[in-house]
Amino acid sequence: MIIKQLSVFLENKTGRLNEVTQLLGNSGINMSAMSLADTSEFGILRMIASEPDKALLLLKEAEFSVRLTDVVCLNSPNEPGALARALNILSGEGVFIEYLYAYSMDNKSANIVLKPDNIQKCIEVLQAHKMELVSASDMYKI
Amino acid sequence: MIWNEKIECASREEMRDIQSERLKQTVSRIYHNVPSYRQKMQEVGLVPDDIKSVDDLSKLPFTLKTDLRDNYPFGLFTVPMSEIVRIHASSGTTGKPTVVGYTRKDLNNWAEMITRGLCMAGVHRDDIVQVAYGYGLFTGGLGMHYGCENLGASVIPISGGNTDKQLQLMQDFGTTVLACTPSYSLHLGEELAAKGIKKEDLKLRIGIFGAEPWTENMRKEIEASLGIKAIDIYGLSEIMGPGVSCECEHQAGMHIMEDHFIPEIIDPITLQPLPAGEVGELVFTTITKEGIPLIRYRTRDLTRLNYEKCACGRTLVRMEKCKGRSDDMLIIRGVNVFPSQIESVLLEMSETAPHYLLIVEREGNLDTLKLMVEVQEQFFSDEIRQLEALRKKITHKLQSTLGISVDVKLVEPKTIERTAGKAKRVIDNRKL
Repeated sequence: MIIKQLSVFLENKTGRLNEVTQLLGNSGINMSAMSLADTSEFGILRMIASEPDKALLLLKEAEFSVRLTDVVCLNSPNEPGALARALNILSGEGVFIEYLYAYSMDNKSANIVLKPDNIQKCIEVLQAHKMELVSASDMYKI
Repeated sequence: MIWNEKIECASREEMRDIQSERLKQTVSRIYHNVPSYRQKMQEVGLVPDDIKSVDDLSKLPFTLKTDLRDNYPFGLFTVPMSEIVRIHASSGTTGKPTVVGYTRKDLNNWAEMITRGLCMAGVHRDDIVQVAYGYGLFTGGLGMHYGCENLGASVIPISGGNTDKQLQLMQDFGTTVLACTPSYSLHLGEELAAKGIKKEDLKLRIGIFGAEPWTENMRKEIEASLGIKAIDIYGLSEIMGPGVSCECEHQAGMHIMEDHFIPEIIDPITLQPLPAGEVGELVFTTITKEGIPLIRYRTRDLTRLNYEKCACGRTLVRMEKCKGRSDDMLIIRGVNVFPSQIESVLLEMSETAPHYLLIVEREGNLDTLKLMVEVQEQFFSDEIRQLEALRKKITHKLQSTLGISVDVKLVEPKTIERTAGKAKRVIDNRKL
């Protein structure tokens, strides 16, 4: 259930994001989800790629500051109140969310990528409440 | 007015006799009280009796800033602590400060040197002196303070910073003399203009500026913006503090207090003394100091000496404005900064020091320090608050180590230019 997310340090400079996407695209690596967090001076690109270990090596060779981070992905119904229910459960059990990003694929469901403070506990809590988690292999294929 | 005419206008022969006698006493004092220097003398086969006059000075081994560090804190003192009445310190190369101690007599001598300097500058006992050098471990504030009191002038011990208050007191108290770093005086000038205060409405007439390098162009700018005569004062805490030398009204070089310090100019590579008039590294031997006398202390400041009698009548040798450094030390807002200090702070954060680049700018009239740090793997986190926390930690640590604020910016790996594999550490964009 643990998914390897690529995290890349980017300065706020024109063309840097483009370099990352081109590098991965040229090597046939697909990205299934991504999010860019920014501050006034730098940003962190977080993404789920089809071959995380290969992408890591490629980016390292290109001298990016990059690392793999463990995240989970929750598949939630695409309807009002669904995310609130999930977050309610997590906060009720004391799971702290460092960050999340979400995207909906169709009318039926949405994927929510979560970085909790305690990933094992997060998975246990969600599974105990019959929440649907996306497997790593499924996630990389999207 | 000349404060101590007998000394300040002594003939070269008279000064030589004073220096020779005092040098002999100092060498003997150090030889018998400082094991590390005694060892240095023994290594070159010298005993105190070998030093008979200033001509023998160049036989003596040098003292370096590292000697003060290696004997931290009080190892080079030649009197028991019961004789020490004040301690000052300046930032050292590895986070440990350079510590100096003064006896009562040292402080009296220091006050007189500053008084002589004030008289050279044209200050008298009717003046109101605003001392805007920092008071504290730094020698600037307290050194200047007691020199002004010794002269009999009225001192406003306002210390550094708090520009609004500086300007307010300057107007309300009718300050006639300003003592601070040259860059701060320019800043005060700008703030005056911004507030619409005319320099004609102030009573300022003289500025005594030191503790950092400045140019003749800065002098012109300061004199125009504040309507004053800007006088250069030189010193370093290891030797005494401000007042080691000072300009007179002719602004033609700083008169060194030669009856207390013997200056030499050496080639920083061969370490051989250079003839009068040539540019090299300034070396001082203190000959009256009791707390921490130093023999042939290498200042790392590059300058030259002029032994001609000055138009003011003084015969004290004059040194030119320093032309640079023979090491990588930077002087930012009067504070000594070594790139190695920054490296040691970064090393505390991770096992391998990241690449960094220090950029010094003069924004308006204040020096600013910007540090670019490459975020390599050992530093990188996918959480923004971790990176922000890291940035704050570096900023805080640098502030407490250097004593001045540094703007820290995290940058991508390999952003900082390397020449032949070696990264450039410092870019000084100040036009000095």
